[in-house]
Amino acid sequence: MRDALGSVQSVLVLGGNSEIAMAIVDRLVASRCKKVVLGVRSPASATTTLNRLRSAGVDADTVVFDALDPASHAKVIDAAAERIGDLDMVILAFGVLGEQSEFNANPVAAADAARVNFVGAVSSGLAAAAKLRTQGHGMILAITSVAGVRARADNFVYGSTKAGMDAFAQGLGDSLIGSGARCVVVRPGFVHTRMTEGMKPAPFATTPDKIADAVINGLQKNKEMIWAPPILSTLFTILRHLPRPLWRKISAG
Amino acid sequence: MRPEPAASRAVPSTSELFGWGRTAPTGADVRRPTSPIELQRALPTSFERGLIARGLGRSYGDAAQNAGGTVIETTDVAAFTIHDSDPNSNTVLVTADAGASIDRLLHALVPQGLFVPVTPGTRYVTVGGAIAADIHGKNHHLKGSWCNHVESLHLQLADGSVVEVGPDRDSELFWATAGGMGLTGVILDATFRCPRIGSSQLVVDTDRAADLDAVCELMRSGDHLYDYSVAWIDLMATGKSMGRSVLTRGRFASASEAAPKIGADPYVYRANELVSAPPFMPAGLLNNLSIRVFNELWFRKAPVERRDEIQSIPTFFHPLDMVRGWNRIYGPAGFLQWQFVIPFDATSTLTTIVDEISQSGCTSFLAVLKSFGEGNPGPLSFPAGGWTLALDIPTGIQGLGPLLDRLDDLVVGVGGRIYLAKDSRVRPELLPEMYPRLNEWREVRERVDPNRRIMSDLARRLGL
Ligand SMILES: Cc1cc2nc3c(=O)[nH]c(=O)nc-3n(C[C@H](O)[C@H](O)[C@H](O)COP(=O)(O)OP(=O)(O)OC[C@H]3O[C@@H](n4cnc5c(N)ncnc54)[C@H](O)[C@@H]3O)c2cc1C
Repeated sequence: MRDALGSVQSVLVLGGNSEIAMAIVDRLVASRCKKVVLGVRSPASATTTLNRLRSAGVDADTVVFDALDPASHAKVIDAAAERIGDLDMVILAFGVLGEQSEFNANPVAAADAARVNFVGAVSSGLAAAAKLRTQGHGMILAITSVAGVRARADNFVYGSTKAGMDAFAQGLGDSLIGSGARCVVVRPGFVHTRMTEGMKPAPFATTPDKIADAVINGLQKNKEMIWAPPILSTLFTILRHLPRPLWRKISAG
Repeated sequence: MRPEPAASRAVPSTSELFGWGRTAPTGADVRRPTSPIELQRALPTSFERGLIARGLGRSYGDAAQNAGGTVIETTDVAAFTIHDSDPNSNTVLVTADAGASIDRLLHALVPQGLFVPVTPGTRYVTVGGAIAADIHGKNHHLKGSWCNHVESLHLQLADGSVVEVGPDRDSELFWATAGGMGLTGVILDATFRCPRIGSSQLVVDTDRAADLDAVCELMRSGDHLYDYSVAWIDLMATGKSMGRSVLTRGRFASASEAAPKIGADPYVYRANELVSAPPFMPAGLLNNLSIRVFNELWFRKAPVERRDEIQSIPTFFHPLDMVRGWNRIYGPAGFLQWQFVIPFDATSTLTTIVDEISQSGCTSFLAVLKSFGEGNPGPLSFPAGGWTLALDIPTGIQGLGPLLDRLDDLVVGVGGRIYLAKDSRVRPELLPEMYPRLNEWREVRERVDPNRRIMSDLARRLGL
């Protein structure tokens, strides 16, 4: 169960190799969380994480999760619940970033990215929501991106997939009010991870650890939307309303 | 009679429930039986996620919630009988449905020269909630907790059968129900002893204490002279005034003592809510500074020493009830209450804890300090001989989790415990240390509910 300070006792991570999700899980485990299931495409890829969690006394396991296989998502959720009981939290942490120039050249690759980031979030998010409704509690943590708040010429495929996911997650959150379940949106800015290696960092670039701190803090304060770092909330209130010519100039950096 | 403030629902017309602290709401199928028969039909439940009874929802955390299961709100089944008695006996028997509130009881009892055996800091609790939490009041040092005054009760078990238990009838089950947080079954009604009073007023002495040592010393040396005693302590004061307090103690006045204030009828009783807290509060209204200022004013306003002041029951026992819905002032993140008891010989730990809280700069309104008498046989009953301290804290404060975890360790280290009716965050692994007779309680539960049909969020969270 979730406690008064936003700590949970069990978590399922879809996209179990996400560095942001791992930083969040580390903090949950340091508080009350004793059960973790990592949803990953290939369980072998999570061995190190699994061992680390287990040696910290956590009951940790993996389930096979492929964002590109929506038909399996309900089963994945059930398998996780079978393994650890009530799911106090489900983190939607999977996603691909891709390269805009490559997407321009290969529309099919762009469509695949959309299938992972958006379609996958829709099917797994709804499957998780159905489970949490019957439990009468639990939280979906949807990790979107500030890139979805306003699309940029140099990453609008990624941005638009995250915009879709973000809108979906907000609506899902509203639809869950009254059921005991919740959906919280996390909007990180530019994060230094494997995914962004070699890219030019955007202003207020941050790290998985800092994002995780912002998330834990937001959960404790019962926030429905968590910006990480929090300053981005203010920044984007302005950026969102800039005239497009100006936005083009600024976002081209 | 005017309607009682209903048990809180997060969103009206849905089945989301939370406790008084407004944290961690969960959804349930909420039923409100309107007759004893309907109430009894609630069990047995076939529902996989079980059932829990709920009174007025004044427990702070998740004790009266059951995510995904059924919650039975008892407050519409609220009749009671005041039995005839020998005028020479000090007490009168009352039989009340579990859903009857102390508020309703007082409206009937006080005009007849009677009072409840124990009252918490709010009168909006039900008899069922009073038993399930084995509540204590300002008279614990002399009279013990609520269940010390219960003769018998009817309990509906998970299989649907109804049993009558008491200290002399299946006492194991009775004491497992006392403080058992509703997990042994649904209490249907109870018969308990109510004391006679000389008037509806109290004779109250107030003492201002400059620091923690001073207030402890006043209580140690003088509490036995008063029927009721409690201290309000300012946990935001640091340095030399750390633990500064206002101690109020009293007893019921005789008719002649009360007459100058209330006139000929010694038992007039008026208990009204004066104002209502606004329904929505912005986050951050209560901040470190505003509370510090409030505490300062409050301390300065108290007399250094005042004797024989005549006060009404609501003023003396239920000052917070004057503001309806005051729990909303903490804003969207809600708040929690942390209450522990530690033995008297661990007074230095009390000092350490008060010091830590004061130093942490963690925002807290006045906290309540009291010295408890001995506990009763209930394995999960909270009170035990020693100091008890209760404080409300907004949940948004950074570092609050680790701070309270550290303080829990101090409490456990000296053989103390925290109060489950107030809890919303303790580490489950500490429970067996805090309640060393937990296994005894579990055996009784195993006997009456082997399939865990009775279930609450608290039970799930703490793995009870
Ligand atoms: C302002 C304030 C001051 C307080 N002061 C004190 C104090 O001084 N001393 C003290 O001891 N407590 C105090 N409390 C706590 C309160 O007395 C307890 O939490 C009490 O249990 C609340 O009663 P309720 O009817 O609201 O029960 P709820 O909060 O609805 O339920 C509490 C527990 O009782 C169980 N329960 C309720 N009815 C039944 C039933 N019919 N059968 C079986 N189980 C049942 C529930 O399952 C739950 O576990 C205070 C609370 C507030 C808000």
